[in-house]
Amino acid sequence: MQTATHEILDIEAIRRDFPILDQVVNGRQLVYFDNAATTQKPLPVLHALTRYYEGYNANIHRGIHTLAEKATSAFEASRRAIQQFLNAAHVEEIIFTYGTTDGINLVAQTYGRRFLKEGDEIIITTMEHHSNIVPWQMLCEEKGCVLKVIPIDDNGDLILEEYEKLLSERTKFVSAVHVSNAMGTINPVKFLIEKAHAVGAKVLIDGAQASSHIDIDVQALDADFYVFSAHKLYGPTGMGVLYGKRDMLNAMPPWRGGGEMIKEVTFEKTTYNDLPYKFEAGTPNIADVIAVYAALEYIETLGKKKIADYEHSLLEYATEALESIEGLRIIGQSAEKISVVSFVLDGIHHQDTGVILDQQGIAVRTGHHCTQPLMRRFNLTGTTRASFAVYNTKEEIDRLVQGLLRVKKMML
Amino acid sequence: MNGQVINMTINEKQDEIIEDFDLFDDQLDKTQYIIDIGKKLPPMPVQFQTDENLIRGCQSKVWLHSEMRGDTVHFEADSEPTAQISKGLVSLLIRILSNEKAEDIANADLYFIDRIGLSNLVTSRRAGGLASMIQQMKQFSAAQAGKNRTAEQPTL
Repeated sequence: MQTATHEILDIEAIRRDFPILDQVVNGRQLVYFDNAATTQKPLPVLHALTRYYEGYNANIHRGIHTLAEKATSAFEASRRAIQQFLNAAHVEEIIFTYGTTDGINLVAQTYGRRFLKEGDEIIITTMEHHSNIVPWQMLCEEKGCVLKVIPIDDNGDLILEEYEKLLSERTKFVSAVHVSNAMGTINPVKFLIEKAHAVGAKVLIDGAQASSHIDIDVQALDADFYVFSAHKLYGPTGMGVLYGKRDMLNAMPPWRGGGEMIKEVTFEKTTYNDLPYKFEAGTPNIADVIAVYAALEYIETLGKKKIADYEHSLLEYATEALESIEGLRIIGQSAEKISVVSFVLDGIHHQDTGVILDQQGIAVRTGHHCTQPLMRRFNLTGTTRASFAVYNTKEEIDRLVQGLLRVKKMML
Repeated sequence: MNGQVINMTINEKQDEIIEDFDLFDDQLDKTQYIIDIGKKLPPMPVQFQTDENLIRGCQSKVWLHSEMRGDTVHFEADSEPTAQISKGLVSLLIRILSNEKAEDIANADLYFIDRIGLSNLVTSRRAGGLASMIQQMKQFSAAQAGKNRTAEQPTL
């Protein structure tokens, strides 16, 4: 069935939408396998950016002139498109941020500081990105909360029984990654949320890696907060989304003060604007917000299911091909994965692997992937990670395998 | 390069390395050459593999030990076993800078880096924090050269 569906995607045509892919790096045709760090941007996204700057660049919301109206309307159209993308109940539940990290910090600094107190427990997982660890540590330090961590097994799956043991009436917040950036594991977030709600805790899901690969329905998940970045789903950098349930966002104090987030300012007192503007102080990232619309439209035109099926076929192909290399060990062997393969080569430093692959025109990521506690869990300092997007091909995976054989030949 | 570097100046040694690299067109061959230089580096005594000797800014572990031997600076280095490119790069620096006068090392213009055509390899974020290695070698040498100058100053 996967074969039948992904044949419908014309990968060659898709590749033509991403002009950056057609270039020679270090004397070889570029193979871009660093998609978990950031995806490339298709022409419609690039065109949306230039159309905005060439045609209707203006500051939004209060401008009375035509360009300002046009920019405001495109800006708010993106908000509605994201509402649909997440299946959020209300458009004002979509807050624009600078990215996933920004969204997590916003929740920690507003919800966290207002509602958490000494002795309250916050649960995260072993596979969190540093951006879903540090904001909670900062909060714990300030408020005297306690951070608890769900352990994982050798395959890179959460040990759910241990999670249930951690939950108690002291648990006030759970912040978990939907998909691991370092291993690709898809976590059972619906289960995590249900169990957390059962003890009265609120839940944030870090969807940075999930958003471009799997369907997200915040209402079906019953997530209290969901955050992601546009640049990992074929959109521009510096633009992210915080989804929050309306009642919760209303109960939270504003974070940054400034323009747009106010109703009325006097030197004695300021009243704050309504959602979503209460959390959007200052001139927002207008161009990039507008261009996200084109990214979502691009994904929708291809079909998220078709993208996921095709990427899954790349994952299966790559897993089998890489496992055939002697001395290569894949880190993260969950049955539920997105198209990320993280691995180590016996006796070879991941950094050397990355350098020599780069010299062959192959872009991968090496290091701890901002998940040092996870690396420690596997007794590693880092891995080499290849992550695939819809424009990648099996031929490129063959290039990776050949490249790795060359690395081995040079090193051993 | 035949290892007969005694009595060559820092620049003569650099020129020789540039010539060696000119033999290769391909970056992979150049990298292989660096790895092979690293493999020839004599092992470093374990007592020098201390935290103080770790090169800061390297993603992999590289130790550098510096000491004065007579009027020249002597360097020894090693890396964690898997970090072969870092080890090769530090070996290259040792070939050029070890057993030279402190002042010469501190003032050396290491033009070979741009000339061997491996700029993508030698940036500090990648292969081995080459910039950090150089900085540590130069800092030690500058401090020693400073001491020498102080010692040479006539007492009034």
